Amino acid sequence: MAVGRGVLEAAGVFRGGRLARAREWWEQEHVFGYGLILPAFVLIGCLVVYPFGMAIYFSLSDYWVGSPGKFVGFGNFKEILGNEVFRQTVQNSFVFTGIALTAKIVLGVWLAMLLARNLRGKRLIRGAVLLPWVIPTALSTLGWWWMFDSLYSVVNWTGIRLGVITPPGPNWLGMSSYAMAAVIIVNIWRGLPFFAITVLAGLVSIPREYYEAAEVDGASSARRFLHVTLPLLKPVLAVVILFSTIFTFNEFNIVYVLTRGGPINTTHLFATLAYQTGLQGGNLGQGAAISLFMLPMLGMVVFFQLRYIRRE
Amino acid sequence: MITGVRSRAARMRSTTFAYANLLPFIFFALFPFYFMLITSFKSNAELYSLKSVPLWIQKGVIVDHYRYLFFRTEFLIWIKNSLIISVAATSISLVISILAGYSIARLRFPGVSSFGTAVFITYLVPPTLLFLPLSQVVVWLGIADSIWALIVTYPTFLVPFSTWLLMGYFRTIPREIEECALVDGATRMQTLFRIVLPMAIPGIVCVVLFSFTLTWNEFIYALTFVSQSSQKTAIVGVTADLIRGDIYYWGSLMAGAVLASVPVVAGYVIFLDYYVSGLTAGAVKG
Repeated sequence: MAVGRGVLEAAGVFRGGRLARAREWWEQEHVFGYGLILPAFVLIGCLVVYPFGMAIYFSLSDYWVGSPGKFVGFGNFKEILGNEVFRQTVQNSFVFTGIALTAKIVLGVWLAMLLARNLRGKRLIRGAVLLPWVIPTALSTLGWWWMFDSLYSVVNWTGIRLGVITPPGPNWLGMSSYAMAAVIIVNIWRGLPFFAITVLAGLVSIPREYYEAAEVDGASSARRFLHVTLPLLKPVLAVVILFSTIFTFNEFNIVYVLTRGGPINTTHLFATLAYQTGLQGGNLGQGAAISLFMLPMLGMVVFFQLRYIRRE
Repeated sequence: MITGVRSRAARMRSTTFAYANLLPFIFFALFPFYFMLITSFKSNAELYSLKSVPLWIQKGVIVDHYRYLFFRTEFLIWIKNSLIISVAATSISLVISILAGYSIARLRFPGVSSFGTAVFITYLVPPTLLFLPLSQVVVWLGIADSIWALIVTYPTFLVPFSTWLLMGYFRTIPREIEECALVDGATRMQTLFRIVLPMAIPGIVCVVLFSFTLTWNEFIYALTFVSQSSQKTAIVGVTADLIRGDIYYWGSLMAGAVLASVPVVAGYVIFLDYYVSGLTAGAVKG
């Protein structure tokens, strides 16, 4: 690379002038490097870091839409922690994330193992299974909303005909435990493809010889799974689980479209409560404080993720 | 010989087992779309009759819901808005991320690795954490309640993602090729655009596909920053504005949901393999 610069310097000597000197300056590796990174740096600085700082400032002030408030310290946080709805939301978030994530891990690994088989129509099957991930979540959730309709629910209709549900069937979105179940089902439906396809990529990268060796040693398929597949899948699983924790914990679309947090706040998550308080209620200070409660969770995930990358 | 026959039978059995197990997954994945599709073609009389079978269309295919969508709502305007926003935000982010991704992946200068880490952390910051302050930022910038609010804010989640993905692709290109070009007197910019970029085309296709899908599907910013109907995106328009006072809206609602999904589904069907590779690259390389 030094040679390249030398050639350009030589060319610059011939042409001379300010333009050539500017070009020579620009061709230096560090100048060029900083120059290329500048647009991304400005964007992230102005529209991610600065708003993030604002969120922290909001949370420490009594800022309402249209009226810049004054500093109130931890007043918002204290108020939130004493709030029944907020405590309900914390509980909802952990129930929601815990159940949905566990189901996605188990089903995702199972589905990935099925997809890894060399079956006829493999590509078509993968395409079909991945589809829920591609369609706009808000729109597919509208479809689920209709499927859980209080009067015309196709889920209840089919369940009653199959004899699984006693008529008239549950009012899915009107009863708290059923509403939570509905929100979790849609989240699993939407998040499973990501798990399955990513785990599949991990499965495909495991050398076949390992399985052959295990088979020769007389290991049963269950043991092969426990002692060959799972340990080798661990790095991929770790990454997918961390990613999915963030996305599941921050779910907004499904809850907003399906239940709006109801009935009686039993399906509110941090994001939907922050939206309701901060924008619909106009109390930006408290809304920001609610959304910042997601931060410790996020911080933990980032920490593990970075440690993992360093080890790589 | 006998073992050979047995193993073939065993293989047959295990293949059948695999198909039988895949079936519920495929049904689970596809049924909601099937149901949305048939709902959009049913007459209201059939939709709201408790005696009819909901699983298929009994009383003939009706296109009234689609006609309603085109002629009596602002659906086409929402689609146009979504297209403009997606194309603009994707292009802006692509340029910014190509530059940043190349710089981080290839050039050596002080602080480059902390830039890489910063991009990764930004990639993990969810939009749900930033939508409240950003809703004020777009007001101050004077672009609130217009498609510009979305064109300006969407790159905040597209750039970290795209940069991260492109860094992976740039790293796979042999360094020698670039060095040859520099020795031959090409400027660094020329090297990037004439030598490196053509070799990273699969990565760029991937980034464009994902960026387009992410912007088209984005919901929380589009819901929060825009409230006048003529500036809404297709997703928010369908979700928020098609629901009328009465309850008989399911047909047109499902018609809107089906049509507004068409652009991403079309891209998905054509470029399936890119989607699969991009999805795994984003997470596995991360």
